[in-house]
Amino acid sequence: MSQDAKKRDYLDVTGGWLHKLRGWIDARFPMSKLWNEQVAQYYAPKNFNFWYFFGSIALLILVNQIVTGIFLTMNYQPSATRAFASVQYIMRDVNWGWLIRYMHSVGASLFFVVVYLHMLRGVIYGSYKKPRELLWIFGMLIYVALMGEAFMGYLLPWGQMSYWGAQVITSLFGAVPGIGNGLEQWIRGDYAVSGITLNRFFALHVVALPLVLVGLVLFHLIALHEVGSNNPDGVEIKKHKGSDGIPLDGIPFHPYYTIKDIVGVTVFLAIFAAIIFFSPGLHGLFLEPANFEPANPLKTPVDIRPLWYFGPFYAILRSIPNKLLGISSMGLAIVILFLLPWIDRNPVKSIRYRGPLYRALVFVFAITFIILGYIGLQPATPFWAQIGQRMEELYFLFFVVSWIYTRPRSWVFLALAFLAVMAVITAFDWLGWDTAIAHLKIYSWLIPGIYSVIFLLLPAFFSKLVEPLPVPERVTWK
Amino acid sequence: MSEEIDQSKRHFLTVATVVVGSVGVVMAAVPFVSSMEPSARAKSLGGPVDIDVSKIESGGLVKAKWRLKPVWVVQRAPAALAGLPKNDSFLRDPGSDQTQQPPYCKNAWRSIKPELLVIVPICTHLGCIPLYRPEPGDPNISASWPGGFFCPCHGSKYDLAARVFQNVPAPLNLPVPVHRYLSDKVLRIGENPVGSHSSWTSPEVW
Repeated sequence: MSQDAKKRDYLDVTGGWLHKLRGWIDARFPMSKLWNEQVAQYYAPKNFNFWYFFGSIALLILVNQIVTGIFLTMNYQPSATRAFASVQYIMRDVNWGWLIRYMHSVGASLFFVVVYLHMLRGVIYGSYKKPRELLWIFGMLIYVALMGEAFMGYLLPWGQMSYWGAQVITSLFGAVPGIGNGLEQWIRGDYAVSGITLNRFFALHVVALPLVLVGLVLFHLIALHEVGSNNPDGVEIKKHKGSDGIPLDGIPFHPYYTIKDIVGVTVFLAIFAAIIFFSPGLHGLFLEPANFEPANPLKTPVDIRPLWYFGPFYAILRSIPNKLLGISSMGLAIVILFLLPWIDRNPVKSIRYRGPLYRALVFVFAITFIILGYIGLQPATPFWAQIGQRMEELYFLFFVVSWIYTRPRSWVFLALAFLAVMAVITAFDWLGWDTAIAHLKIYSWLIPGIYSVIFLLLPAFFSKLVEPLPVPERVTWK
Repeated sequence: MSEEIDQSKRHFLTVATVVVGSVGVVMAAVPFVSSMEPSARAKSLGGPVDIDVSKIESGGLVKAKWRLKPVWVVQRAPAALAGLPKNDSFLRDPGSDQTQQPPYCKNAWRSIKPELLVIVPICTHLGCIPLYRPEPGDPNISASWPGGFFCPCHGSKYDLAARVFQNVPAPLNLPVPVHRYLSDKVLRIGENPVGSHSSWTSPEVW
């Protein structure tokens, strides 16, 4: 083929010297082998779309956090008396210190935006299904480690919100029956959150969790390369290979997806820069006003709230007026995500071929998550607590309905499921009855009510709504 | 696909992308590299230091600190000043040809005012602070000692103009920092004299 014959070999530039160097290295280290197997001759589905940008962008942000983090550590002082002032020193006196700090704080928030979109892609295209369950689990472990990393990092500026957020979250561990108080004290290293807690969170945030994160990301990528990427059609490209063993619907990652990812990175960097230079605090969303005040252990801020990315879980925590149950449901909300590959075992992977009702289900789940996030940032009034409870019910109902949709179900099954779900919800309402908000409770009962009617009762009578569409053999362009 | 691939266009695009990308990488690196330079606070802490030199007795020594380094101001007796040229043949760099001092101190006394020597007393061998031994014939050093500075670490010797002797480990004269006189009483370390047009900031070896 004439194209290949004319292909330039860049290593000819220095008259073969680089060739020899490559040969020397390859005899001692699998450099070319790794490059070929993992990049240049690694075949990915050719129909990747917008949703496939976020993995590589997440990797870029990880690198950003590490590099900006290293430079912040050069000037930050992890002591209760000096931390706040050292952040101000970085912002005002260190050359470009303000830029490095904003890159780190804005990067942290964007990390979560990107990771949430990345996870949503997994849900939309069924990328957690066999044989990618372990890939999903590594991803979920990264998510949990990331939340820990963000939480510890947030204590470091030692502002009011830093201090009190840490006080609230470390006290969650006190709810564990029996060992709770000892555990809480052990985590803090002191009788309350103090400079001792700050110093150890610093060590964990700068050294321990970054190492864990990098290790998990490596495992995540290794697991991915073992089974190959999923794609928007949910079709396994390895099923149809050419005579040379290359998947017919596959294209080499380099140069196709290296170039595509560069485009994604460029757009991301534009957004990143726009936020950093025009509104790094994003009106209190990325940098909270309460944190511009140094930590005061004797004065709690009027509204303690975590940063936006913890909003959904904070809403779930606060929506149940029982310490242990609230913490347990928050924990369950995270754990249940790990179990998704075993909850939804429908053989059709992609949302494109699962019927209109499943599309609506995923859409409502995403909206529920966003609303929960919003609620988590609101003051803890009875109104928001009740709405939060209903949204939490919808959150968990997603998993119940997903499990139900795993296989075609008879109308009897669906009708019974509907009744069971509404019975459980009504029972919870009765157990937690509060006359003060009786009207609110009754009206808001319609939220899970209508949800269940749409997703459980409707398919009982219109089974076409959950019937999968024929899944193509080969990938399609959409 | 049956169309020919335009390899030269592809080559151009690749090179152009790599060049623009490299420019981007360098631009991104600038803030990080620059952040490692002394911060505004460090620079302000390294600002000029004023010393009152009106009350130093003859042969006396006043110590100060500038940019985390010691600075000594020595009031030399006229006899000591007169004896300086006699040391020349024993010195490595009697004419102060090595730039261990600002241009306005390249003279016989290595100072602006003959009687006041201003030095950064860091031995140019391995960095110890020498001892001030102004007495000629000091018994701890030698009978022919003309007076000056003696470094106890490895035995380097400097005369009362802080010029290094031959046959000692130190290679250079003790550095003279940038300085000027605000008045007869006040010496400022860290600024060049007005109108000196000097861009000299520091010696090769501190």
